[in-house]
Amino acid sequence: MSLSSGGGDDTSVGDGGVATPAVARRVDATSAAVDLLRTMTVKHGPLMFHQSGGCCDGSSPMCFPDGEFILSDADIHLGDLAVPGLDRPVPFWMSVAQYEYWKHTHLTVDVVQGRGSGFSVEAPEGLRFMIRSRLLTDDEMAELALL
Amino acid sequence: MTVYSTPGSADSPVSVKSRYGHYIGGAWVDPIKGQYFENIAPATGQAFTEIARGTAEDIEAALDAAHAAADAWGRTSPAERSNRLLKIADIMEANLEALAIAECWDNGKAVRETLAADLPLAIDHFRYFAGCLRAQEGGISEIDENTIAYHFHEPLGVVGQIIPWNFPILMAVWKLAPALAAGNCVVLKPAEQTPWSILKFAELVGDVLPAGVLNIVNGFGVEAGKPLASNKRVAKIAFTGETTTGRLIMQYASQNIIPVTLELGGKSPNVFFEDVASSHDAFYNKALEGFTMFALNQGEVCTCPSRALIQSSIASDFLADAVKRVEAIVQGNPLDTATTMGAQASNDQLEKILSYFDIGRQEGAKTLTGGARADLGGELSGGYFVQPTVFQGDNSMRIFQEEIFGPVVSVTTFDDEADALKIANDTLYGLGAGVWTRDSGRAYRMGRGIKAGRVWTNCFHQYPAHAAFGGYKQSGIGRENHKMMLDHYQQTKNLLVSYSPDALGFF
Repeated sequence: MSLSSGGGDDTSVGDGGVATPAVARRVDATSAAVDLLRTMTVKHGPLMFHQSGGCCDGSSPMCFPDGEFILSDADIHLGDLAVPGLDRPVPFWMSVAQYEYWKHTHLTVDVVQGRGSGFSVEAPEGLRFMIRSRLLTDDEMAELALL
Repeated sequence: MTVYSTPGSADSPVSVKSRYGHYIGGAWVDPIKGQYFENIAPATGQAFTEIARGTAEDIEAALDAAHAAADAWGRTSPAERSNRLLKIADIMEANLEALAIAECWDNGKAVRETLAADLPLAIDHFRYFAGCLRAQEGGISEIDENTIAYHFHEPLGVVGQIIPWNFPILMAVWKLAPALAAGNCVVLKPAEQTPWSILKFAELVGDVLPAGVLNIVNGFGVEAGKPLASNKRVAKIAFTGETTTGRLIMQYASQNIIPVTLELGGKSPNVFFEDVASSHDAFYNKALEGFTMFALNQGEVCTCPSRALIQSSIASDFLADAVKRVEAIVQGNPLDTATTMGAQASNDQLEKILSYFDIGRQEGAKTLTGGARADLGGELSGGYFVQPTVFQGDNSMRIFQEEIFGPVVSVTTFDDEADALKIANDTLYGLGAGVWTRDSGRAYRMGRGIKAGRVWTNCFHQYPAHAAFGGYKQSGIGRENHKMMLDHYQQTKNLLVSYSPDALGFF
């Protein structure tokens, strides 16, 4: 399996409610994150994530109305987060350069109390999406063609 | 040693109102939608005042005020603008202690740092740009004996500035001083974690500037920052923060065809060569302090020396001494001048740091000291305190590649100069770096070889005005802290003048 980059559809990674074969996933969400995504979708319409880097709130996933952040070949689609009750899953993106340093880890989008920064939609709720990480297993790495 | 009273208490020099509006057009105004948010003291986790929750309507009101003031302010003489900046600096200096206390309480950082660094640097910054402005000259180019090109500096007009939460006053001043000196009016959006201390600044110095020249609108990024950054009525946007928002701001700027300056952080290497330990003298002691600088401002610095690269031959002994120095850090009430490290600025920041402890350990990094939240007990129990932490591992680990923005350093070793340079440059970022050696030739080669905008050589974390600061690679665009920042806030007007009475002869 190869990773596709760029702004096009990518059905080769993630399942996100999309009927794809059971494959290793790069990104998932906790139930608290899924609940918040549902609430935020009611307020803001369909959403997207772009994982940030750098200082201040770098390393935090930024959640935007879908299309607000312009994607390009500089970005890679890590997967889709399924949110029951929504018409479509929430895609999760990261810059290709950053992914090179993150690709051996599985990401879980979680929610904590806080107010973040940047233009992420949830900050006014007193909540902040954040990333928890674990190492991909060798089997997962193999499935994701990372070995 | 002094323990300052909590702002708002009877014996504190810092008063706290129950709520604060926006500062627009020289007046304190309520947010148009009437909403406020709680401002939390990171040392206790408790709210201590309410701050206006700005929206697009407030940003538009601030832009109205700024545009109404812009022509007159842009026409003031350099001497007048310079004098007003000097007056601001004088007022800040006369109130240094109170502003330092406010900054400490809003951000969570130790008051010894705000007293000795944040406020003195901010004051000096206004004086520096007051001086730069007086000394700035345009240009005259002789095209031929009758044709002259005159180059004038003109202000951009109205600019937007979005400020981070790690140095709420100092980072605002880094942007305000050159923008105001250059003759611009400003709409400033502080960080939602630290919205208050800059308002204490405005209470003191607001009257020094004509109404509308400085406008402050607080609020959340998506509600107030975005309407400012994407606004057609700003001539430039300046932002300090992270890469995704930096890209988004550039996207907005591209749609309005305006310039941006961006400072987006780093993962600064701090490189210690073996000759550092050739003698256990004053310089060795300075190098150990240099290692420990990762804990300055609780690590919430874009140039935090969060990767320490130590030559293998000295690693074991040097690390033992360095860890001892780290363990001497005193955590406590940030208002106590004996406290050397305060609280993280917010709960989500704390949680993020803890999540990096987790992935650091999973990746096999060794914890040499720290590695957990610190519970300081009493009313500080709810504060966002983290133990100063030293990890040892490999540069490919995520704790070596992401700006944790906490008091965390990741240590690795190198064999020789080429190895050191390779590891130092193996990062997406290039904001700061440190090189420690007694060999000036090596220091020079490393300094030129590291792809970063600032290479501290035998020092770290000094931020004097007149030393350019800014990033290579993904760390951003532009240079702050230097007179060249005046150019980032000015247009160039060229008058091409012919003194010849003769026609060209084309028609």
